[in-house]
Amino acid sequence: MKKFSLLIIAMMLVLSACGKSGSNNGAGDNSVASAAEQGSGGQENNKTSGNGEEKPVELSFYFPVAVGGPITGFIDKLAADFHQENPAITVKPIYAGSYQDTMTKVVTAVQGGNSPDLAVLLSTELYSLLEMNALEELTPRFSQDYFGGFYEAFMSNTKSGDQVWSVPFQRSTIVMYYNKDMFKAANLDPEKAPANWSELRDFAQKLTVKDSAGKVSQWGLEIPSTGYQYWMLQALSLQTGTNIVSNDGTEVYFNKPEVKEALQFYTDLGRKDKVMPEGVLEWATVPSDFISGKTAMMFHTTGNLSKVKSDAKFDFGVAYLPANKNYGSPTGGGNLYVFKDIPEERKAVAIKFIEFLTQPERVAQWSIDTGYVGTTKAAYDTELLKNYVAGFPQAAVARDQMEYASSELSTYQNGQVTKLFNDNIQSALLGEITPEEALEKSQQQADDILKKYRK
Amino acid sequence: MTRHLLQVFRRYNWKDNILAYALLLPSLIFLVIFTFYPMIKVLDLSFYESVMNERRFAGLELYGHVLRDEVFLKVLRNNMLLALVTVPVSILLALYMAVWVNGKLRGRSLIRAAFFYPTLIPMIAIANIWLFIYTPDYGLLDKFLGLFGIEGPNWLGDPAWVLVSMMGMLIWKESGYFMIFFLAGLQVLPKEIYQAAELDGAGPLRKFRTITLPLVMPTTLFVLIIATTNSFKLVDHLYIMTKGGPNNASNLLLYHIYETAFSFWDMGKASVLTVILLVILLVISVFYYGYLDKRIHY
Repeated sequence: MKKFSLLIIAMMLVLSACGKSGSNNGAGDNSVASAAEQGSGGQENNKTSGNGEEKPVELSFYFPVAVGGPITGFIDKLAADFHQENPAITVKPIYAGSYQDTMTKVVTAVQGGNSPDLAVLLSTELYSLLEMNALEELTPRFSQDYFGGFYEAFMSNTKSGDQVWSVPFQRSTIVMYYNKDMFKAANLDPEKAPANWSELRDFAQKLTVKDSAGKVSQWGLEIPSTGYQYWMLQALSLQTGTNIVSNDGTEVYFNKPEVKEALQFYTDLGRKDKVMPEGVLEWATVPSDFISGKTAMMFHTTGNLSKVKSDAKFDFGVAYLPANKNYGSPTGGGNLYVFKDIPEERKAVAIKFIEFLTQPERVAQWSIDTGYVGTTKAAYDTELLKNYVAGFPQAAVARDQMEYASSELSTYQNGQVTKLFNDNIQSALLGEITPEEALEKSQQQADDILKKYRK
Repeated sequence: MTRHLLQVFRRYNWKDNILAYALLLPSLIFLVIFTFYPMIKVLDLSFYESVMNERRFAGLELYGHVLRDEVFLKVLRNNMLLALVTVPVSILLALYMAVWVNGKLRGRSLIRAAFFYPTLIPMIAIANIWLFIYTPDYGLLDKFLGLFGIEGPNWLGDPAWVLVSMMGMLIWKESGYFMIFFLAGLQVLPKEIYQAAELDGAGPLRKFRTITLPLVMPTTLFVLIIATTNSFKLVDHLYIMTKGGPNNASNLLLYHIYETAFSFWDMGKASVLTVILLVILLVISVFYYGYLDKRIHY
């Protein structure tokens, strides 16, 4: 027995040693990629240096897929096109799952001392990544004009103060989708979407259809309330005249009167006005409900535009989110991040790839393929997108709404702050607590978390 | 003479042990790398507050935080409830199905396959199937209930129903799996005892109660352990179907750990939660092996 336990202890010592070194080189494909690059480098170098070109570089590029459609195919094509233009550079796209899975993989890799070169992550992850000291600052790498080309609302989530840390890529915003056939059936003008909250409530009332047994067969409106309910509430708050977050990620304004008004409206739609299903509405089933005709209107991300376009068997419209005091919608989606802990030559190449991805033609094509909003004004000036918008005017709504858009909720400890806010919103929507209580509680919990980041 | 014998005995025993250790070594290596090392590591991590880059020794402070945490208590309660309902129900159902398909009946293998097939489908696919089943109004369940004029609730969106819905899915998935163990257990039972019982005029119920049930107890214990640990390991379905919502009404321990570690990046708290999960599973296993095991006839 003694011998046996000795053996275990000895083995554990050995293995804990292996474990450490193992976790260092096992953390990502990156080390494999760089090793391969070094291994084959000499050979390829001979080949290309004959043409007087630069050294071959391989770039690992993590990306998530968050909307319907063959996104991986588009990304692979972009990487291949880039390789065509720059034969010395190979971009290796690595599909990493959902946004959250991608973030998990990236953080694990960074903490293992093995940063990827480039990644698409949620724009709201900025402060988490800054806290890890994982990011390469991009302000000095591009000209001011370059950043000026993007819509201002998209740029606001790339910055902390004046420093730019990422470049807008697959960006979205919330828009309203409505079923024109149902509008006609309810004697509403199918070309006129509700412009303000009272119209929204009024239209939704008219569009809610009950069968003979008194059971609702068609809802007027659906606003999803899982996963991104904070985003929806943020939209309603912006329309009422305030944003819920400061632009340095250390303050939230959850208990402002405007936010209370917004949450009250959100809960009333289901619980009092009965024009929206009561309780919690699944993020992913809301578009299915819209496509299958269960609801006449929905608030959803413009990222689903291509899916709705291809699946809906009826004429549908896309409109601004209705205003309360003014129009408003938060932006959303993912940005391109470059990591700090990689060699300078790979940083330079990553910047080059970002420039390639954000050229007007490519942004235009990407927007057409996916439904994401074109991130630059120049993209909407291309023939490609002009023609597309002419044939499918719904695609321009998100762009026009940009004028009223604001940055998305993004703070230090963003995961935790968002989650507690989400839970409390759901609690209010379910009638467990009042909107007022939900927001006071959220504010206090968020303050507890954020106070240590304030100077 | 005796000393000489003792020496031989010792030497022989030692060699024997070496062989035994050598044979155990491969499994032992894996056990150490993937079980003991992480367990010790997580215990160590649970004493440090570590969020993102900062790391600070906190002693038992984090345990105090977690044990007072509203969300944690809710999660624990959900998980206990889930185990208390799904474990007995799925085991009883499994036993019932096993006895059924063990008898002589037409299309037996087809029925066996039908009961077992939930086990073959990947977890994520199951979650997606059930997501559709539970969709309000046009989902399979509501369509079915609609035939009887019943209007179903918002299965996954109503805090009163979401845990029940998850239980339903878990029982569906687990009982078919456990059925296979019971079926194997039933097939090795001696036929003579049943024949003797029949001669004595015992009916099917009595045969089940006095012969089958006691004789499958070893299988039941095994299944009980798997079922209980499984009910604490549910995570994939939550990820797809509810994300623990609404308002944590369906959140379970392992998903809460995942969320704490990989959404909040709060490794300290996640480690504390992991240690708590380990203790719970350890207590259950000790109870099963130390207490129930002695009361079973093998």
